[in-house]
Amino acid sequence: MTVNGWIQILIFIAIIVALARPIGGYMDRVLQGERTFLSPVLGPVERGFYWLAGVKPTENQSWWAYGSGMLIFHLFGFVLLYGLQRLQGMLPFNPQDMGAVAADLAANTAISFITNTNWQNYGGESTMSYLVQMAGLTVQNFTSAATGIALAVALTRGFASAESKGIGNFWADLTRITLYVLLPMCIVLTLFYVWQGVPQNLSAYVEATTVEGGKQVIAQGPVASQLAIKMLGTNGGGFFNTNSAHPYENPTALSNLVQMLSIFVLGAAMTNVFGRRVGDERQGWAIFAAMGVLFVVGVVITYWAEAGGNPLLTAVGVDPSAGNMEGKEVRFGAAMSALFAVVTTAASCGAVNAMHDSFMPLGGAIPLINMLLGEVIVGGVGAGLYGMLLFAILSVFIAGLMVGRTPEYVGKKIEAREVKMTMLAVLCLPLVVLGFTALATVLPVGLAGPAAAGPHGFSEIFYAFTSGAANNGSAFGGLTGNTMFYNSTIAITMAVGRFAMIVPMLAVAGSLAGKRKTAVSVGTFPTHGGLFIGLLIGVVLIVGGLTYFPALALGPIAEHFAMLAGTVF
Amino acid sequence: MLRDIRPALVMMILMTVLLGLVYPLGMTGIAGAILPQQAAGSLQERDGKVIGSSLIGQNFTSDKYFQGRLSATTDTDPNDATKTVPSPYNAASSLASNLGPTSKALVERVQEDVAKRGGSKDKPLPADMVTTSGSGLDPHISPANAALQVARVAKARGMPEERVRALVAAATEDRQFGVLGEVRINVLQLNLALDAAK
Repeated sequence: MTVNGWIQILIFIAIIVALARPIGGYMDRVLQGERTFLSPVLGPVERGFYWLAGVKPTENQSWWAYGSGMLIFHLFGFVLLYGLQRLQGMLPFNPQDMGAVAADLAANTAISFITNTNWQNYGGESTMSYLVQMAGLTVQNFTSAATGIALAVALTRGFASAESKGIGNFWADLTRITLYVLLPMCIVLTLFYVWQGVPQNLSAYVEATTVEGGKQVIAQGPVASQLAIKMLGTNGGGFFNTNSAHPYENPTALSNLVQMLSIFVLGAAMTNVFGRRVGDERQGWAIFAAMGVLFVVGVVITYWAEAGGNPLLTAVGVDPSAGNMEGKEVRFGAAMSALFAVVTTAASCGAVNAMHDSFMPLGGAIPLINMLLGEVIVGGVGAGLYGMLLFAILSVFIAGLMVGRTPEYVGKKIEAREVKMTMLAVLCLPLVVLGFTALATVLPVGLAGPAAAGPHGFSEIFYAFTSGAANNGSAFGGLTGNTMFYNSTIAITMAVGRFAMIVPMLAVAGSLAGKRKTAVSVGTFPTHGGLFIGLLIGVVLIVGGLTYFPALALGPIAEHFAMLAGTVF
Repeated sequence: MLRDIRPALVMMILMTVLLGLVYPLGMTGIAGAILPQQAAGSLQERDGKVIGSSLIGQNFTSDKYFQGRLSATTDTDPNDATKTVPSPYNAASSLASNLGPTSKALVERVQEDVAKRGGSKDKPLPADMVTTSGSGLDPHISPANAALQVARVAKARGMPEERVRALVAAATEDRQFGVLGEVRINVLQLNLALDAAK
């Protein structure tokens, strides 16, 4: 570990802390439908969208109407993206003559992008036409991110409103987030990335004659416009196969810093939006602090693991001072690769700038654990906040049980219905993660997947289903996932991980919205102080630990001790 | 649910037109106008021919040139389309080794490369010299890696080592703003400078 590495990590953390409040304030205004400095330009576009779609943006929808609109909207997204992939051979913007994507791969990719997972069983530059990258993948990147934010805001309204029948309007939330938040930021970010060297063109792949006289075909494309939303919307599906490790997709250390910042910025700002909605910004900071503690611990462990180098390679004559460099890029080094890995899995991004499969056993365990905890450390845009708020409900419930009082959170009584729905949302993840991992480790079609033998092979399978369920999308890339078995099981995992969590969460939002606000009294458990933050962190770790420790012991932990003993597989 | 069909369908179409066509095509136009070199992939020419991209590493095997990271990229086997063969620095299909830390294949490969480059347990080599990069297209190497190649390149070119070392120093890029990223050398730029220096 180097001083310079730590300075870079501190710079990253300082910028995120500084951005959370101002961006949160802007998002809050947008989501309340207030005027912003962009309204003169975008107002007419926004009203045009409502008029064409035939919706009334002021209509306060019940949780059920909000959710059903969201689901049908994504169903059309699925059909569109699936269709574009299947028909890309006949459509324009295809200079490399890419043929139709196979049915199971196209379905997997379509589900992957509508659920904000962006699991890549395909190699971008060798599979997808420019039209699919633009009108297919880029669009779903925007809409799945906007939906995540909308859902988190809906839950926030459930806490904030009193005896209300509705939780807001899905169409208005979707349109406003897209037009006023995501699109303007992406336009600026696209130009920034191009300035740093990310290509943005529609040319055919360039054939170069190298210095030594060989041929090198260099993939091109509209990379920057897709990259901007891929990071900001915590989507993570790369334009290229190797994602943000590719020098075209992440050319400089500065582009790398901005990519990491854009993964976290909206998720961090959402905690502030929550605080503002419930009328006490300290409530938002408490959630932010709990996330921050879990994040910093993860960074320390991963950086420590990666900076020390691989003892098995040190033993055969590799200098460990630069750290574990297999699968990493020189311009990022161990520090920025480790930080990126923790950021991308703490949020549900899944973009990578180094190959997680080649991380040290404990360095790779932290990304895995971040996802297993439900990606509540900042989390996916919106998804992280509603995930963490469900844990907050559990925390006050447990605190209530300990002192024998009816639990309350930010002025709302937490009763049986909310706790039941919360548990349903919390339990659906382990069901698919552990269920499918177990299935894959006994079926021959499952065992054909991992490239590695021994505990690392198990980790590859476990990581795949975890990444799918958590809607992350990063991978231990050694797993051959483009098979009928993995395409279908991971597709189911992704859909369950997204929608089976959203529906009970919206039910909680609807049920909370209908309740009266209770006044703060001396008996109220304060949820903005250190005690609550500690309790919340404890609940997240205990739920995750109890559920997944046995599986982690079989994978990264077993591998770590095998490595220390000098065993190879 | 039926009343959701029209808004859902219309919204998806509008979003696709705005975000899938207007936005990326508009950005392509603007970027191409104000940053044409970067938008086109930072391509580099020598004697009027494209010799590569300044951002993308390329394969160097001759002793006359500095060699970049090991690359795990592959290409389709010309004899059997269902198989792949190693094809370092294939910029049409980026790929990493994805070998795990306890992989026997990894340890054996590294051991072989260390021996080939004259390293040993007592004379360890820089990590970036014997490991594959994340993209398979890493354009950079570390200063320690370059320093170990100076003698070989100087000998093959009949150039004084001092001269080669000076070119390496000139090609060394510092951290951005003195703090971001790592100190590195762009192998293609260094080799072009070598060729120009003869």
